[in-house]
Amino acid sequence: MLVSLKWLRDYVDCSLDPRELAEKLTMAGLEVESVNPGGPDFSGVVVARIESLKPHPNADKLSLCEVGTGDRTYRVVCGASNIKVGDLVPLATVGAAIPGGYTIRHSTIRGEASEGMLCSEEELKIGDDDSGIMILDPSLPLGEDLRKALDLEDTVLDVAVTPNRPDCLSILGIAREVAVITGSRLHYPETVCPERGDPIESQTSVEILSPHLCPRYTARLIKNVRVRPSPLWLRVRLEAVGLRAINNVVDVTNFVMMELGQPLHAFDFAFLEEGRIVVRGAEEGEEFRSLDEKTRLLKKDMLVICDGVKPVAIAGIMGGLNSEVREETDTILLESAYFDPASIRKTARILGMSTDAAFRFERGVDPEGVTRALDRAAMLMAELSDGDVAPGIIDEYPQPLEVPGPIRLRSARAADIIGISLEPFRVKKILLDLEMVVEESKEGEFVVTPPSFRGDLTREIDLIEEIARVNGYDEIPPTLPFLTPPSRRDEKAERVDDLIRDVFLGLGYLEVINYSFTSPDSGHKLGFPEDHESWRFVRIANPLTEDSSVLRTNLVYGLLESMGRNINVGNTDLKFFEMGNIFLHVNEDKLPWERYRIAGLLTGARYDRSWHYKDMLSDFYDIKGCLETLFATLGIERPRFVPTQGVPFLHPGRAAEIFLGDKPAGVMGEVHPDVLAGMDIHQAAFVFELDRDSLLEVALLSRTFHEIPRFPAINRDVAFLVENDVKAGDIIALCRSEEEELLEKVDVFDVYSGPSIPAGMKSLALRFTYRSAAKTLADHEINETHQRVVQRIVEATGAKIRGAI
Amino acid sequence: MKDALENLEREALSEIEAATSKEELFDIRTRYLGRKGLLTGVLRKLKEVPPDERPILGERSNRAKELIARKIDEALELCEAQSRSERLKSGALDVTLPGRSIRRGSLHPITQTMMEICSIFFDLGFSIEEGPEVELDYYNFEALNIPKDHPARDMQDTFYIDDEKVLRTHTSPVQVRTMEKQRPPVRILSPGKVYRPDSDVSHTPMFHQVEGLLVDRSITFADLKGTLEYFLHNMFGSDRSIRFRPSFFPFTEPSAEVDIRCVICGGEGCRVCGNGGWLEILGCGMVDPAVFQNVGYDPEEFTGFAFGLGVERIAMLKYGISDIRLFFENDRRFLSQF
Repeated sequence: MLVSLKWLRDYVDCSLDPRELAEKLTMAGLEVESVNPGGPDFSGVVVARIESLKPHPNADKLSLCEVGTGDRTYRVVCGASNIKVGDLVPLATVGAAIPGGYTIRHSTIRGEASEGMLCSEEELKIGDDDSGIMILDPSLPLGEDLRKALDLEDTVLDVAVTPNRPDCLSILGIAREVAVITGSRLHYPETVCPERGDPIESQTSVEILSPHLCPRYTARLIKNVRVRPSPLWLRVRLEAVGLRAINNVVDVTNFVMMELGQPLHAFDFAFLEEGRIVVRGAEEGEEFRSLDEKTRLLKKDMLVICDGVKPVAIAGIMGGLNSEVREETDTILLESAYFDPASIRKTARILGMSTDAAFRFERGVDPEGVTRALDRAAMLMAELSDGDVAPGIIDEYPQPLEVPGPIRLRSARAADIIGISLEPFRVKKILLDLEMVVEESKEGEFVVTPPSFRGDLTREIDLIEEIARVNGYDEIPPTLPFLTPPSRRDEKAERVDDLIRDVFLGLGYLEVINYSFTSPDSGHKLGFPEDHESWRFVRIANPLTEDSSVLRTNLVYGLLESMGRNINVGNTDLKFFEMGNIFLHVNEDKLPWERYRIAGLLTGARYDRSWHYKDMLSDFYDIKGCLETLFATLGIERPRFVPTQGVPFLHPGRAAEIFLGDKPAGVMGEVHPDVLAGMDIHQAAFVFELDRDSLLEVALLSRTFHEIPRFPAINRDVAFLVENDVKAGDIIALCRSEEEELLEKVDVFDVYSGPSIPAGMKSLALRFTYRSAAKTLADHEINETHQRVVQRIVEATGAKIRGAI
Repeated sequence: MKDALENLEREALSEIEAATSKEELFDIRTRYLGRKGLLTGVLRKLKEVPPDERPILGERSNRAKELIARKIDEALELCEAQSRSERLKSGALDVTLPGRSIRRGSLHPITQTMMEICSIFFDLGFSIEEGPEVELDYYNFEALNIPKDHPARDMQDTFYIDDEKVLRTHTSPVQVRTMEKQRPPVRILSPGKVYRPDSDVSHTPMFHQVEGLLVDRSITFADLKGTLEYFLHNMFGSDRSIRFRPSFFPFTEPSAEVDIRCVICGGEGCRVCGNGGWLEILGCGMVDPAVFQNVGYDPEEFTGFAFGLGVERIAMLKYGISDIRLFFENDRRFLSQF
């Protein structure tokens, strides 16, 4: 909320420097976001008197003026015709800055020198009148700076008012806080309203058909008004807080809203059919033209203010064009009401109308302040538009509003929360300053009744906050809580996550974070059939864009998108990993299924391109090796990589499903070239995606020491000639298919196919390592075992032995 | 005889001196000291000299033998040293060529910042709790004292899944879920992703928070101040000024926002702190009794505090990043800087 300090000082004596005041307000919970110079945007304009006036020799419509500022006289060429000798006018002297970014210079107009410019209201942005030069009050001192002479200097604070403090959505409300924190006095504005003519009851009536949405509706009638522009002081006030001046009736309603926080509305009584007000719920589909000249389609449950026949305002939000105050308006029906906050909020949201009035009503206005604002506005209308206020008010109050009741406040409880105890007199002083009624019921206990405008204070804790806030958070000393030791937790998940990160960091992978949102098109892009679970998207009802309208069902797509973006900017060598949730829709009644996934992507050069390695591109086995390292680090034994053609985004011949401890834990492989092409990516990429909980289940983080072998091993190398589709993994599994005590390990040390190998075949060279824990083996002691193992392979696969050592 | 010996010795020494290779020296050794060598030849003639001269000549010849042998050894050693140094010389590398490095990867700056934040609270005995990112409206709002159609909902624009489900706007629902299943003392951190529909240089629709909750007997606002001061001094340096100013959150009361002296200008006022000299760094407060009632804690028996901070904001200050969107573009040239 914008707060003009000049306006503020109407209600509180505050001599603090604006910055100091801003600091104090901020430290009392009214955060001042900025302090800005206020008032119109000009300088170098002074009060001057027209000394002489004669026609310009070379131009019919111009005149030559001599204007004096007391100490000297200026010659100015002027185009206006409303001035005469003796008038006081604003003179922008050479060097003056006027609104719109203009600087006044010496000039020659049609051969006559001009040493400045006489200004209109509009040119100085003090008012709207652009019909001629602004004629100033003759009592103003000659030569004085106009900003000072007209008292236009101001400072405007932009205050962020939290939703619990609707009472501070007014200048008076802020003034009240200033009074409390600076110890100065608060002056309430005058509300005594002279009345004349027939009583209001004889002329109009108010009927509330929806008392739960409109618990209170008050009205006054002001007759014989003369609608015209508001006086300068009022326009300046409104403009200082960011409102546009319209006329002396509407401006008063806005002024009082900003002054007291109670929104008001003025109807042209002549346009109220049957001359009365009916407050009711709208009819479904009812149409209404609001003041902003838009047609609104109303819904049931929206509250409307009607005359005897039709709606004339959307309650608490905006009036209607049909009863707008205009120049010819003669009689005003002035409304001041209390509307149900939730209902106003709902209606304003549905209609997309966030008005100053709605903003205040939805936060809750002072139920007891309704009539004060009514009187204040009627008083100002009588004053500014020469209106006659009909005696009496209408106050329909069918639904007594809850005002804050007495609250028990225990000093000890306050100390328990705040951490320091305050003297009872200090507590009492703070509460009294905040306009609460305080009784000391017994030692250390008060019974406190907050004022009606503090609907946010209903509980003891609310009072404790007020005490802590006004006394100052700075007064509370920092202490460390006495800490009971934390309970032991199972931290395996955290340790596993840490190890996963360690492994990928060591292997040179960069961690990425992609948005959890994605495009529903990602399902197509990855080639998933529409009955696949990847299509079980969780849909966002109000997405920012269609491309981010669903939650991701895998991490791979985001990685591929990141890859695409990087390649576009020339980063072609990438090692990425990401850890995060994926989301699968379950059903309407349940939260989605969230799974924590780990995924990686590898593309481009295997090592940094350098003089050591030229054009060594990453391949399938690089990413597989990363996963093997990961599993080894997590103590996961014998992960199985099973060929699969069931992952649509992977190359059907270069894809594996990963089984850990016989359970599926994820997939890995080369990205399908069609998928890459569909994303406009033209280099091979390798990816994996694993389920963290599956890793967690089989990870073994504890280690047991194994004796370092004391006796040497014997190696036997054998090259097998096998069909191309025989899998190395199956052969190794065969070696292990029976318990072989002496066989320590089997490694593949060469895979070869070429001219010396028959077509369709390959040579798979294995190294068998034999060792005994008890003694040094002699060749003859392993021959039997070795023969048996080799024979098993030959029998099972039809392998021929190419060579053996 | 003596002359012959001395001549031999002289010749041998000058040959040794002149020798340039190991091979020559080996040859000299064989020629002079070998079994059929020149010195041996002289010694063999020893029995031809008169017996009384024999000891003198014998001793003289032994000396010559030792001298020659020693000089050869010395020359050999020198030779060896020279050839070693030549070998080393020819084996020199261009040490300025780049090495064969495998560059370590790096954690995302958000992860690093989040870990740094958490580790400070680990020192104070906090431990991590997690919860779903798609949350029930109840846990995200209602249980936290934010009813439907309440203006406090404006403080957090929300992505809705449907009437009952939202993308969590903060990680506070984790606190509620934890309190529902656990009696005090509670001392938890809930780091994670949160979502609000906002997108510009200082907002992304997804960002990260770390929230904390401590509930026990006799926990006060003073404890909240002390705990957060401990954190902020560890995070931003022990000489950094901090201020707690009153604010409003529906789930805490009293509530505060915490500012630190601007890390860019030190309080002089700059673009980053909006000329105020302070940076808003976290929100906090004493847990509202209504929240305790919602989870079945007796507010008269237990008190506690909660706090929450935005990880991106802290990371931006820490690394001097001015556009929050960089965090999620995942440009390698960005990621590899951290």
